[in-house]
Parts: sequence; C-alpha cells; structure tokens
Amino acid sequence: MKYGFYPGCSLHGTGLEYGLSTHAVAKKIGLNLVEIPDWNCCGASSAHNRDPLLAQALPARNLALAEQYGLNDVVISCAACYQRLKIAELATQDKKARVEIEEVIEMKLKGQAKARSILEVFANDISLEKIQSHVVKPLQGLKVACYYGCLFVKPPEVAIDSSENPLMMDEIIKTLGGTPVDWAYKTECCGGSLSITRTQAAVEMTAQVLRYAKLAGADCIATPCPLCTSNLDMRQKAAEKALGISFNLPIYYFTELMGTAFGLAPSELGLDKHFVEAKSLLQNLSATEAQ
Amino acid sequence: MKRIGVFVCHCGTNIANTVHCDQVAEMAKSYPGVVYACENKYMCSEPGQMMIQEAVREQNLDGYVVAACSPRMHENTFRKCAERAGLNAYMSEQVNIREQCSWVHADKEKGTEKAIDLVRMAVAKAVRNQPLSTSTIPVTKRALVIGAGIAGIQAALDIADNGFQVTLLDREHSIGGRMAQVDKTFPTLDCSACILTPKMVEAAQHPNIEMATYTEVESVDGFVGNFDVTLRKKAAYVDFHLCTGCGLCQEKCPKKVSSEFEMDLGPRKAVYVPFPQAVPNKPVIDANHCRYLLDGKCGVCKKICPTGAIDYEQKDEVIVERFGTIVVATGFEQFDISKYEEYGAGRYPDVITGLHLERLMNASGPTAGKIKRPSDGKIPEKIVFVKCVGSRDEAKDRPYCSKACCMYVAKHATLIKEKLPQSKSYVFYMDVRTGGKNYEEFYKRTQEQYDGQYIRGRVSKIFQVGDKLIVRGEDSLVGRPIEIEADLVVLAAGMEPQKDAKDMARRLGISYDQHGWYSEAHPKLQPIETHTAGIYLAGTCQGPKDIPESVAQASAAAVKATGLLSKGELTSEAMTAECNEAVCAGCGLCMSICPYKAIDGKKITERVHGQMKEREVAHVNAGLCQGCGACTVNCPSSAMNIKGFTNEQILAEVDALCQR
Ligand code: SF4
Ligand code: SF4
Repeated sequence: MKYGFYPGCSLHGTGLEYGLSTHAVAKKIGLNLVEIPDWNCCGASSAHNRDPLLAQALPARNLALAEQYGLNDVVISCAACYQRLKIAELATQDKKARVEIEEVIEMKLKGQAKARSILEVFANDISLEKIQSHVVKPLQGLKVACYYGCLFVKPPEVAIDSSENPLMMDEIIKTLGGTPVDWAYKTECCGGSLSITRTQAAVEMTAQVLRYAKLAGADCIATPCPLCTSNLDMRQKAAEKALGISFNLPIYYFTELMGTAFGLAPSELGLDKHFVEAKSLLQNLSATEAQ
Repeated sequence: MKRIGVFVCHCGTNIANTVHCDQVAEMAKSYPGVVYACENKYMCSEPGQMMIQEAVREQNLDGYVVAACSPRMHENTFRKCAERAGLNAYMSEQVNIREQCSWVHADKEKGTEKAIDLVRMAVAKAVRNQPLSTSTIPVTKRALVIGAGIAGIQAALDIADNGFQVTLLDREHSIGGRMAQVDKTFPTLDCSACILTPKMVEAAQHPNIEMATYTEVESVDGFVGNFDVTLRKKAAYVDFHLCTGCGLCQEKCPKKVSSEFEMDLGPRKAVYVPFPQAVPNKPVIDANHCRYLLDGKCGVCKKICPTGAIDYEQKDEVIVERFGTIVVATGFEQFDISKYEEYGAGRYPDVITGLHLERLMNASGPTAGKIKRPSDGKIPEKIVFVKCVGSRDEAKDRPYCSKACCMYVAKHATLIKEKLPQSKSYVFYMDVRTGGKNYEEFYKRTQEQYDGQYIRGRVSKIFQVGDKLIVRGEDSLVGRPIEIEADLVVLAAGMEPQKDAKDMARRLGISYDQHGWYSEAHPKLQPIETHTAGIYLAGTCQGPKDIPESVAQASAAAVKATGLLSKGELTSEAMTAECNEAVCAGCGLCMSICPYKAIDGKKITERVHGQMKEREVAHVNAGLCQGCGACTVNCPSSAMNIKGFTNEQILAEVDALCQR
C-alpha cells in the first residue's frame, strides 16, 4: 500500500520518536509511506490566528504537491498538522475558496488529495486483524489510558472518530494485548496551545489529564499527538509539583506501543528519548512475559 | 358570446397606490365578451357586492371577473355574491392584482401593465366558464382514534359521549400511553394514575367505544366520510374472551424479561400485563421471549390457566373497517440520550432520564417508590438535573423546545425533596419556560420552598469517578466553570416523534415536518385539522405538549370529528377531474400519479368501424378527487381536465397573455 506522508516539523523535532516509531511500524506492516517532496510548514501553531487565507494556503500547498505526485492519501501523524490539512481539504471543496487558494500557491488543486490520520489508517485501512498478525510480544497486563487530545476529534467535521468518546486507539491497544482503561479525559484539552504563552495554565490542565489517568488505574498514557505528548511528558514534573502528587506515567506514542508489541528494539522506536523514563515499563512487561 | 362584467377593486390604497385601477377598468371594456367594467374602493364590502349584483341584473351578465386580492381570501365571498345575483357560483372569477401586482411592484406603470394582463387572461377564461355543481357523499357514522394515550382516550370519550361509535386503537396491549408511566402531574402534583385510571376504565366500559388494543393500522384507503382502514390485530396468544385476568400465568411464568414499561429498571415475565392498572387487564405473551413459542419447551402458563385461555396457535388477524373520520393521537417518544456521549448516557447506569425517575418514584414501580440509584441501590443525596437534553440543540438536529421538561424537572426537584429531605437538587438550565396556568408559581416554589438550586448554564461533561458522577458545566451568571459531585444525574430528555411517525403519516396521507411531527392545516387557525379532510390531530403527535394541552386538543379534535359525523352527507368538490373518454388511451399514468387514489380504470364499449369494441379508460371518483390537477399535467392524451380549469380555459389564458 502506497501512501503520501506528511511529517510536519514535529516529527523532525519534538516528536522525533513519533517519526521513528511510525516509520518502523509502517515498514514492519507493509505500509509504504512516501514523504511528499518539498513539503512545507502547515502553519498549525499561528497561521490561523493571523490570516485565514494563509492558514488554508499553507496546508493546501502540501495537498497540491501530493496530487502532483499521484499520492491521493496524505497520511499525517501530528494531530495539529492533520487538522490543518483536513480543514484545507474541506475548504477547497468550495470552488470559490479553491480558486483563491490556487492563486496564492500558484498551483492547481484537483481536490482529490485527502488528509488522513495515521491512527485512522492503521485502524481502518490496515485493519485490526492485520495488526494482530504482527504481534509477537503482547502488551499483557499493560493498563493504558488512551489520550486522543482534541485535534483529531474536534470539531466534528474533521473528527476521525466520535468527538466525545473515541475508541479507535483503545481498539488498537486491545489488539496489541494491552488493556485500555475507561476514563473520561481522553478528549479533554491538555492546554497545548497555551503551552508557551501561559505555561502555568497549560501545566494545570495537563495535571488534570494526568491525575484522571492515574485515578483510572493506568500504567501509562498513549497518544497520537506530539503536542499532547510534549505537555504530558515534558511538563509532568511541573504538573506533579502543582498538584503535589507523583504520577510517574510514561507517555507513549501509540506507534511506540505498536512497535514494542511487534518486537522492535527500543532504540528503533526512540524509547530512550522520553522525559519520564519509558523503557523499563515495557522491558519489565516482556520480562514478565518471558517467565 | 357570453356577457362578462369586470370589477376592479382598490382595496383601499392597497391596490390603488401602485395600480391605476381606472386604466385597468377602461382597458377591460375593450376585451371580447366584456360588456361592463367599473371600479370600487372595497369590492368585498356590502356596497361593493351590491354593486356587482345590480350590474349582473342590469347588464344581464352571464359571469364576471373581480380583480382584487387573493382568491384564498375572498373567492368564496364573490362566489356567494354570484349566487345571490342569480348566477351559478362558479361563474365568478377572481384575479389577484394585490399580492401579485401592487404588493410586489413598486413601479405604478409596471404594476398597472401587469394588472391589465392578468385581467385580460381572466376574462378569456371567464368567457369559457361553465356552471358547476356539487354532489353529496354519505358519511359512515363511526370514528377511529389511533393511539390510546391521554389524548386518544379523551378524544374517544368526547366523541362517544356525543353519541357516536368510536374505535379506540393502540398498538400496545393496554391503553394509557406515556401518562401511565408518569408518577405525578404538574402543577397540582396529583397522582397520574389516579386521574388517568378512571378515564381508562370509562373508555373500556363506554357503550359507544370499542377498544382495539394490540392492533396496528396497516393501511388507510377511501376519503373523508368513508375511510377504509385495514387493521392488524396482533396475536396475543391469550383468548381474551376466556381469560379472567387472574394473573396466575404471569406469576408462574419462568422467563424474566426487562420491562419496557419500567424503562428497563425492572423485570416482567414473558406472559405479562405491563402495569397493575392496565386496561384491558389481560396478559399477552411476548413471542420473542416465550420459551414455548421459541423452542417448544415450558408451556407452564397453558397448564396452569384455570380457564384454558392460553392459545399458542393464535394468529394475527387482518380486518378492514370503515370509518367516517380519524383522530390521530400517536404521541411521542423520549429522545435517545445516548446521543450525548459527553454525558456518558447509556454508559453510566446512574445517568437516567425523566421517565426513569418517574418509574423510580412510582409506588408500583420497580423500587416501590423508593428513589434508589440503578447502579447500587443507594439513596442519592446530591441529584443533578440537566435540562434541554435533545431539545434546543441544533448539533443534535433537535432545534425545537420540548416544552414540558422545564415543568417536569421542577416537579421532580420538588418531589425528591419531599421524599428525601436530606437531599439537594441542582438544575442546570438554559432558560426556564413556565408558560401555563400556575406554572410559574410552581417553579418559584421549587426554588424557594424545596431548595432546588437553579444554575444557568450548559453541562459540558459528566463522568464517573469512584461511585460519584462528576458533572462539569458552566455557571453563566457568575461566568465560572462549576463542578458538582452527584450521586444521580437526571437528564431532561426531550420529546421526539415516534420512530415510525413518517410511515404512519404516509399511510394516512397526512403531512409532517422535517422532524416527523404531524403538520396541522394552519398553525394558527386550523391547529386540529390536517390537510386531508376528515383526519384530525390530537396530542404530541403534532409537537411537544403537556397533559392539559394534549387533553384540550383532543377535545377540540373530538368536536371536529363529531361535527363531521353529525352531518348526514358531505358536499363533494365541484372542481374535480373529469376524463374525456373519447380521447383517453387508457395508459393509466393518471392512476399512478393521483395522490388520493381517486382514479381507477373502467371498461367502455364503443362502435369502431361498425364493430362493438371494449376498451379501458380512466374513471375519476369525484368523492376522492381533491382537484389538485396532477393527473391533467401527466395525461399524454389531454383527456384529463379539471372542471373550472380545463385545458381549453388555460390555453385561452395563455393566448390572451400573448396578445399584447
Ligand atoms: S393518463 Fe390520460 S390517457 Fe392515460 S389513463 Fe389517465 S386519462 Fe387516460
Ligand atoms: S385532480 Fe388530483 S386528486 Fe383529482 S384525480 Fe387528478 S390527481 Fe387525483
């Protein structure tokens, strides 16, 4: 299966391990991801606050490029990138908007390229059966709080799953042999967009997400979003301080958990790049399994 | 040539301001057939009508055209005027130069031009107008009431009390509907069953009422005065003539099923009556759960029944009956709260609906009237009510207000405080709407005497932590988020039409709105009638209502139905379709398109080249035809004509328009 792939800046920066694990898992499962040549920034963090046309033109250029290379499915890992590209895709369905955007990017848009989330491609195109067939080290006994954040599921127009109670990642975790916990914070905001401007607010919001994951009995959190991850992982210390509770919750990209269950080495998945130590939980897991 | 008069109305300044009425009248004098034309300030007034009548006599007119307002407004006025002048009513023609000219054209010259054109067309038609007559149809003096909730029961009782036969039908096996599930009613807090049960019994015992419970309407044919309704009497597997309602079978039946009447909060048996006061108080067997009917095992009820009433061989019965009029009272369904995933409805057992709470408060309910949490049976202390769940929410495709929830929530908060004095109720609301006699006072009392705490704002999320439900919302009066740890959450689920409301409407030939509520003929002036003559609406099938409103509408529908039944015969439409058999090719296109099923085929014999030949042609049942004209435009042979709107008349109008 050949798909266009849009990494966005985070997969080359803060979410390095997301990029590593995505590619490793894709390779293992036979998902051919072709990076879109000459891709540009999707403008996620600021463009839509500055200029609506720019905010649509930036991601639309990537869709136009994908079309030029005949890659009609554009797979996106980062939730923020996904949302920007999806919104551009929907906006360009409108003829008037499309013409305007085409003028700005000096490229033609056929409206064929679709923004797809990596999570949804795994769950639907690859299928749970296929995922299961690659599992060699089931995540036996691992209690996972699946945290979707907001950008993949809200607003409903761009949602890849239910806006209020998405279950896609839970299903994947189950397929990997893990136990998704039932909790109410899976789509609650972690404060990602306030992370730099009002850090304290972001820390407080993050702390609540961590608290409820812990309350639900989770050993770790799985996410599909680099923004959420950097908040939950990098700011976990600050969150612990804010609430006076120790969480010690490793934050995994769901692809890292897939890779682990597929038997890939921690270094291939970037498990050593976490703020909250993340290797030992998964190593202990396989140790219990080996016994 | 006919002698035609033209009367141009000023409608005060309504028309005269933007149409030169004098020019219109002057021009009219030059049209073929016109022997007289004049104008008047108010043609519909007494002097205006006198003027027409005098002109008819003095000028010896055969017919006339009134250029005035919309025929919807005054067609009848001028037809009656024609009769008084000694003409056939249908020799009066009205043309609309108000809504179609003066009100829509600011330019007086253009408006005048258009008025002149319209009058020329009308004259061309009036010359070809023919006297039309109406006929009469006999009325079957029986009414059918579909749905036996409080509205249906009330309508049936009123019609029966007025001396007519009524069949009261319900697909459930007891009458009573939603009201039977309710514990107490607002604003008087009398027990629902106490006021409903006597009515149920009265309906059952009324000599003029025949109850047809456990029966569905399969199809409706015919027309006002004579509806032929096909009914399916569902197999109950119990012979009601033999059954004494002793209840032994129900007691001994080994199969437990969750009870729909108890909103799945309690059990029932596979052979059961839904609630103790049910009417008829005889059980039916639920074929989907009965062990004997499913796999031939058990048979306990048959063995135990002292009168031998159990009959596993019983089959559905289909019968056709004729009724003069139909009252539709099919009621509502409660909004499916699981569509609010953010409220965890359907996932958390302690997030319930208003109807659940009614059952929990009811003495004959699953907890014998003790308010207990469904999850663990604990007595709740903090109760949160969330209003407008499935109402006033466009995101859920429910933009309308369900009307009764504000009051039933106030009622619940009051009753809970009475039953559990230690408890505390919080009510999240968008608005409080208490339009009704003594309603506002009731709501005030809930706040002031029963300690109901009202919080203005929407709830964004409900989730479970431990055995508490965390309700997170906004207090928009304070401008702060708010979080309450509740033991029980009651969602005020709104009303929505029955799932099969649209199917039912199609069977009845009545219309419905985008949500499935049945449409009244006019929102203000005909709130009881449907667009189909002889079919009336009562209760929540037309839109959300509370009990008093449903009862009021039911009585109104009964009056309409009785009025119809008390007429010996009905006058049929004069402007119906008519088939010119000489040119009809018998293709049948008209039959399939007629929305009232008014056309069927008939055989005629005619002489062709000296031989007698038989062939089929279309035949219009004038009693059914509503004169909509669908058949005429569909007929490839131009054989179909609407009386008063024949092809010839319409073509004459087109010709007249083209003559300018
Ligand atoms: S559509 Fe016209 S031609 Fe055909 S059956 Fe009807 S009346 Fe006759
Ligand atoms: S005019 Fe309308 S109602 Fe009458 S027969 Fe024709 S299609 Fe049927």
